[in-house]
Amino acid sequence: MMYDWLYNLTGSELLAMFIVSLLPLFVFILPFALLAVLAERKVSAHMQDRLGPMRTGYHGILQTVADIIKLLQKEDLVPTATDKMLFNLAPLLTFIGSYAAFAVIPFSGFFIGTKIDLGIIFIVGITGLVVAGILMAGWASNNKYSLLGAMRSAAQIISYEIPTLLIILTIVMLTGTLSLYDLSEMQTAYFWNWLILGGPAVGIQKILLIPLMMMGCLIIYTSTLAEVNRTPFDIPEAESELVSGYHTEYSGMKFAMFFLAEYANMFAVSAIVAIMFFGGYQSPFGYLGNTLGWSWLVPIEQFSWFTSKGVFFVLVQMWLRWTLPRFRVDQLMAFCWKYLIPFSFVILLLVGLIALI
Amino acid sequence: MSKDSILNTKYSRLKTEEMVLNMGPQHPSTHGVLRLELQLDGEIISDVIPHIGYLHRCFEKHCEAMTYPQVIPYTDRMDYLASMYNEFGYAVAMERLLKIEVPERVDYIRVKMGELQRIASHLVAIGTYGADIGAFTPFLFCFRDRERILHLFEITCGARLLYNYIWIGGLSHDIHPDFIRLTKEFIKDFRPNVIELNELLSYNRIFIERTANVGVLPLETAINYGVSGPNLRASGFKWDLRKDDPYSVYHKFDYEIPIGIGEKGKVGDCWDRYYVRVLEMEESLKIIEQALETLPEGDVSSAIPKRIKPPEGQIYARVENPRGELGYFIISDGSLNPARVKVRAPSFVTMQVFPELCKGFMVADVVAILGSVDIVLGEIDR
Amino acid sequence: MRDYIYNFWQGLYTILVGMKVTLRHVFIPAVTIQYPSVKPQMPERERNRLYVNMDDCIGCDQCARACPVNCIEIETVKSIPGEDLGTTSNGKKKALWVTTFNIDFAKCCYCQLCVFPCPTECIYMTDVYEFSEFQRESLVYDFVTLLPEERIQKKKNYEELQIKKEAEKAAAAKKAAEEKAAALANKPEEPKQDNKEENK
Repeated sequence: MMYDWLYNLTGSELLAMFIVSLLPLFVFILPFALLAVLAERKVSAHMQDRLGPMRTGYHGILQTVADIIKLLQKEDLVPTATDKMLFNLAPLLTFIGSYAAFAVIPFSGFFIGTKIDLGIIFIVGITGLVVAGILMAGWASNNKYSLLGAMRSAAQIISYEIPTLLIILTIVMLTGTLSLYDLSEMQTAYFWNWLILGGPAVGIQKILLIPLMMMGCLIIYTSTLAEVNRTPFDIPEAESELVSGYHTEYSGMKFAMFFLAEYANMFAVSAIVAIMFFGGYQSPFGYLGNTLGWSWLVPIEQFSWFTSKGVFFVLVQMWLRWTLPRFRVDQLMAFCWKYLIPFSFVILLLVGLIALI
Repeated sequence: MSKDSILNTKYSRLKTEEMVLNMGPQHPSTHGVLRLELQLDGEIISDVIPHIGYLHRCFEKHCEAMTYPQVIPYTDRMDYLASMYNEFGYAVAMERLLKIEVPERVDYIRVKMGELQRIASHLVAIGTYGADIGAFTPFLFCFRDRERILHLFEITCGARLLYNYIWIGGLSHDIHPDFIRLTKEFIKDFRPNVIELNELLSYNRIFIERTANVGVLPLETAINYGVSGPNLRASGFKWDLRKDDPYSVYHKFDYEIPIGIGEKGKVGDCWDRYYVRVLEMEESLKIIEQALETLPEGDVSSAIPKRIKPPEGQIYARVENPRGELGYFIISDGSLNPARVKVRAPSFVTMQVFPELCKGFMVADVVAILGSVDIVLGEIDR
Repeated sequence: MRDYIYNFWQGLYTILVGMKVTLRHVFIPAVTIQYPSVKPQMPERERNRLYVNMDDCIGCDQCARACPVNCIEIETVKSIPGEDLGTTSNGKKKALWVTTFNIDFAKCCYCQLCVFPCPTECIYMTDVYEFSEFQRESLVYDFVTLLPEERIQKKKNYEELQIKKEAEKAAAAKKAAEEKAAALANKPEEPKQDNKEENK
């Protein structure tokens, strides 16, 4: 719809497409990444009884800007014995994989990058590029530790995609649609229609679904946490064990791209959880624009609800990072295969049975 | 499948070489400059060879050129996280050699300082152990509490880490007038913090998974190697020099000796060693409270001799460091300088038993085991 | 099976307890102070940079001997008779010119062992702790208040005095030897007379 509106505005297909594809990047992801890095440092500081960055700007607001300027002017080291093409391509692939997921995420009822029918499967497929990027980074660094870190990371991401997919299958089975836009539209009108509380079903189905949906939300949140390599699953970045894992050899702007990709990914997976279980861009109480009669206010409100839900889940991810210690590699795999996958199968089965009622 | 059974299958004709991994002197988790050469078989460790000596500063040779009171700043710098206890050990050894009786007030203050230092040292051990495992927050909580203890030391003798406070025959300063009040406030604030630390770290399921049943030290091995301190107590044996070989006024206080009982796994694993330290902090608080109530009057510098020229002879005295049994062996030849000062450092002995603990575990466990045995390189290398 | 469910439940529960602790700490005020805009209060017995009050120093060398790292370097020169160096603040009369009193703060370990033996309490620790320099040589502090010419002058005075004394001693010794030789020559005749002559 944004595309149509822009097309009507500018009269040129190319210009409309251009703006629509660049909009999430500049308006949303870059400012979000900037603020997320700062928020992480401030939130972690306040949890640890200290203050965090205070000197750059008022209470440290310009800290990330200072960091970006510092990273930009660093020397771009490329070790001699590496495979140059892979080395240079790896951060790019990782970033593309995280960023492309934003093409199908509906930011509001009015703006969605492209309305394809395969929303969720597209996301799962394109985040596979991230694994390829990590493996390339590890291999091309020509460093024992980077290779170990990259292989562990690849194993971790691939294993944790399975519970994610199983829960996605559950939702798909329940609602009958793959498109994220239709999923959000379905959870309209007040929060008891949200999927975490049973969705738009009625009667006994809804009551039976509630515990299963809550369990499912927990499982998908945990497994997407593992996909973005956050504590307690941050073995690839574990500083105290393997120095810095697969991005040890990167410096300057390439390192910044890995970082940016990680924060973009964090928001992408929080957005997916928010859309699937918590109503996406729908407000829990109805719209101010509707009651006042100003229909142009509604997409703005939806956008703000969506952002707040996404940011809330990102904050919970940060909260978890600063509370929990790290898993060991084999315990991580055991957790996935012995706990998350059996639970996901059980939920799939039970929800399937309930959906027949 | 154990390592033996893999090797005995029909694939044992294949020659698999062991990989050597170097956890070099500069590493975020080795506590100091320590080089560990790990011989790996895949991910399982077959041998660990520690290389020490990166922090050797010729302490024992320096002592031969110093007079007896000048040695005290040097003893501070050996185990820099528990300086009061190094001075305490040296003072106890010299007082036995010179046959001086110190006033009771001196003994009570020494015990108080020693126990506060024990709490501070255990806080560092616990905090850095959490940070190695990946929990970054308890590290800062522990250091915040340690700052209060260091402030207590600062108002007494002026320094936060290396004190030069416990002298042969007495102390350098009497306690500050505010000391007792501030210590009571600290104790009142510290007990809830220990409970919070337990909730955050000790009983956390992920932490228990990382540390239980890892690096088990059987009691026989511990006694054969001569391990002492919390590491020995975690293996189930109740041995504490404060009760079994009392020095100063420790026999007048009432406190327990916590031992490891294998609550979350086997007896003597990493979790036991960690938890014994947490319990010891509580016991130290009890000792400090009792010492605060019954502090006698007196003059702390009345028994300090003007010139220290001990008769010819030698002595070995041992005290209970936060890390184990710290022993001083002093030979005097009747002059102003000692002829030989030898220090038996507890972390040195622990380093010897470390390869035994690591065999059969994975690389990630080396970090967990190293953090739980709590070594300080300053003590090992002197 | 029971262990399985128990493990899972324990995991979830302890994680939630930990999260509660961390959340509570977000609302507790921070304990950091914003150095260098806010400086912490130093206690009264603090041990930072040393200061020597040269008016009180009698040059006894006790502090240099007490230092475990030999960072104090003291050179003194005896005064020639007739010079008045003044008295210290507790009434002692000074008898030595101190021409060199260097403390190398790169070596000093701030142990306070030099403060205790000083008889006039002229060396003490201040509360200055921000004294970094760009070059190591600038950390050698020279406390002597005499000008360089005066130091050379004092040394020269003392040397001249020494030379004079040596000359006098040599002359006196020579004279004594001559008298002794004369006494020996005159010895069998008049011993008493010779004694009187020697005492002159």
